[in-house]
Amino acid sequence: MENAVEIKDVSMRFNLAKERVDNIKEWVVRKLKGKGVSFDEFWALKDISLTIPKGDSFALIGSNGSGKSTLLKIISGVLTPTYGTVTLNGSLAPLIELGAGFDMDLSGRENVFLNGAILGHSKKMMEEKYDEIMDFSELKDFEDVPVKNYSSGMMARLGFSIATLVKPDILIVDEILSVGDHSFQEKCSKRMEEMMSGGTTVILVSHDESMVKKICRHAAWINKGHLMFVGDSEVAVEHYLSSIG
Amino acid sequence: MNWILKNNLFKYKWLLEELVIRDLKIKYRRSVLGYLWSVLNPLLMMLVLTVVFSTVFRFDIPNYPVYLLTGQLLFNFYSESTTMAMDSILNGAALIKKVYLPKYIFPLSRVLSTFTTLLFSLLALFIVMVVTSTSFHITLILLPVVFIYMLIFSLGVSLILAVSVVYFRDIKHLYGVFLSALNFLTPIFYPTSILPEWLKSWMIFNPLYDYIEFLRDILLYGKWPTWEENLLCIACSLGFLAVGMWVFEKHQKNFILYI
Repeated sequence: MENAVEIKDVSMRFNLAKERVDNIKEWVVRKLKGKGVSFDEFWALKDISLTIPKGDSFALIGSNGSGKSTLLKIISGVLTPTYGTVTLNGSLAPLIELGAGFDMDLSGRENVFLNGAILGHSKKMMEEKYDEIMDFSELKDFEDVPVKNYSSGMMARLGFSIATLVKPDILIVDEILSVGDHSFQEKCSKRMEEMMSGGTTVILVSHDESMVKKICRHAAWINKGHLMFVGDSEVAVEHYLSSIG
Repeated sequence: MNWILKNNLFKYKWLLEELVIRDLKIKYRRSVLGYLWSVLNPLLMMLVLTVVFSTVFRFDIPNYPVYLLTGQLLFNFYSESTTMAMDSILNGAALIKKVYLPKYIFPLSRVLSTFTTLLFSLLALFIVMVVTSTSFHITLILLPVVFIYMLIFSLGVSLILAVSVVYFRDIKHLYGVFLSALNFLTPIFYPTSILPEWLKSWMIFNPLYDYIEFLRDILLYGKWPTWEENLLCIACSLGFLAVGMWVFEKHQKNFILYI
């Protein structure tokens, strides 16, 4: 089977500045004192190799600060890894964090188009699918209201509806399903199942073990930047839980 | 860079459009006169300055309103587009952290939306020209040329600023001071003749001066700019663009670590 995502020997190094210098004044003062700007090296990820086959549902689990989100960012192309390569086969849709892709002053309708453009969809397609998005998010009555007046649940609904409307080859979900009320969560789960059965590869980052077990077939457990276990999601969750046990 | 332009600009053309429209919409949201402001604003400013400078300072410039407005239009475009583009990467932080987007699209969209405003303001210039019964010369056909010089120049400067402000936030304040110095150092509301000789010879190093003179030549005096003047403008625009693209390209993958 072909792979949707191939991660090869990926390492990511951050320079943690002990004192953040983000203005000229401070930089000059430090230079004059002869101190320079010192950095601590920090390896957020170390030699990660992973392959995620097409159509799989894959979870990344691990405690806070273990490097899950960094890996996700590398997969989606936001971060460039220090070493190693990531190969993607197919289109990728990130589920943008609450409101990040929205402009607060624009109305819901305008944001749908802005967001569609950000995700790389064509204008024609967004026009065709506009009603479907509004129906799914149940926000038809609020389409002309500026997004800043939306509740967080409403924004999440709109975001989810846009991201999952067009079936991407790879869908990235970062802790987003915990928002929205119960009935909407049900709808989301259903839609994700539909997408998975339709061949979309889903990559999920979550702390919610029961959800990982429910949705994902496979999982990778990452601890302090090292890959500890890859395989069946139930087993991965067990390993993870027993380690923090 | 070539590769980036070929592959991305086409794919993200619509996003660029949406971002430009967004800027324009937000700028004029909830104002009754809407886009008319882009015409009214320079007109009103011109009125105030004309009254001040032709009664108080008495500069002896024929057709002062048009003289003033030509300088103002270009200078305002430059200062507004660079100031807006400077913040564009920081303002787009939420997006840059989550989605892969070509990052030059943020400063580019800001410069383009200000450019659209400039085109609206051009209407104000024509109105003033008609009212003051300035004759329209054939040299006017070069108007798009000087606008394109100006657009490329501002984009180049914007790219450099957008990068530097990611590393050093206080450049924003310094640039504000720099802009007001530039405003006084450029013959916008005064004639070049009042400058001392030594300063005049330095003037050609002020790109804005070159562009504004170019515009006044073709609009006000009906003079064809010489090849040297054209070359100077082109060299300046392309030079800044090249440096801007190089700096931006070199640093764009670090943005996420600093925003």
